[in-house]
Amino acid sequence: MSPLRRRLLFGVPLAVAAAGGAAMYTLLGRMRRGQYNPEAFPSPLLGKPVPVFSLPGTGGLPGFANTDLVNMATPVLVNWFSSWCAVCPQEAPQLAELAAKGVPIWGIDYEDTPAALAQFLSLYGTPYTRIGNDKSGLTAVNWGVYGVPETFLIDKTGIVRWHFAGALTDNLVQKQIEPLLERYA
Amino acid sequence: MKRWLLLLALLPSMALAQAMVTRDGVTLTQAQETEAEQIGGKLRCLVCQGESLEASDAKLAKQLRGIIRQQVVAGIPPRQIQAYLVHRYGIFILLKPPFSPLTWLLYAMPAIALLAGGVAVWAVRRGGAPPPPLTDGEQARLRDLL
Repeated sequence: MSPLRRRLLFGVPLAVAAAGGAAMYTLLGRMRRGQYNPEAFPSPLLGKPVPVFSLPGTGGLPGFANTDLVNMATPVLVNWFSSWCAVCPQEAPQLAELAAKGVPIWGIDYEDTPAALAQFLSLYGTPYTRIGNDKSGLTAVNWGVYGVPETFLIDKTGIVRWHFAGALTDNLVQKQIEPLLERYA
Repeated sequence: MKRWLLLLALLPSMALAQAMVTRDGVTLTQAQETEAEQIGGKLRCLVCQGESLEASDAKLAKQLRGIIRQQVVAGIPPRQIQAYLVHRYGIFILLKPPFSPLTWLLYAMPAIALLAGGVAVWAVRRGGAPPPPLTDGEQARLRDLL
């Protein structure tokens, strides 16, 4: 066995194992920081108009329909949430910050009751300018929503430009949402 | 007469097929239920992603099972029911991914691995020139040893 061959037989598997370890380390770090969710999958709605729907209002705010999401002055964030959702309060600061900057956030209350919603809003604030009531959860199925919270960015013409399943983080707002809001302004 | 006998023979199975069951809020025949289970068994529960829609206890899975059963009762063909859900949740809902531009690498991987292995074996076998012929001294030593 030549020395080169011996070195290769030792070095190549070692390099492969080291690369695998480094990749795993990066992946786990990204998962911990909320930048990567292994359970997420791309929404088929991306690049397409929002599905046909019409939801009544709740929580003292007007509801909305797909026809309200076309021909808008600015892009809109549609945020699916629920009072029983344990993760939803985590994104309240991010939503409040976006709302304070004048970004319209339209909520959809998923399989909830008005009483529980009122309590949720009094606890965590109301970043929403409209809240649709999806009591049956059927509109969620048409949107491909599989849990709460989920957030969609809809451009001025009603096309879905961005989607995220899970609570929003500062990183997501700065790196993804704000650039897209500017791009589709 | 023959036709009547045939009908008589088929009666028990027809009765079985007509027995109504209620699953996930939908009442349907046993045959329809079996069809719905076949459709749901091939679909992923998006909440507990290792499970099929049929096996999952998640609320969303229950709702989707109800939708599948309503569509089965309405006489919609299984392929169309599957397409309804793929349209909403994407191909990720299929437990067995279809062959598409997005998945061809996945399906081609065994062939690629086999090919790469073959190339590696071929390269190793071919590599290394045959050893140079023995010198006269070595020849003599070999003869002595033998």
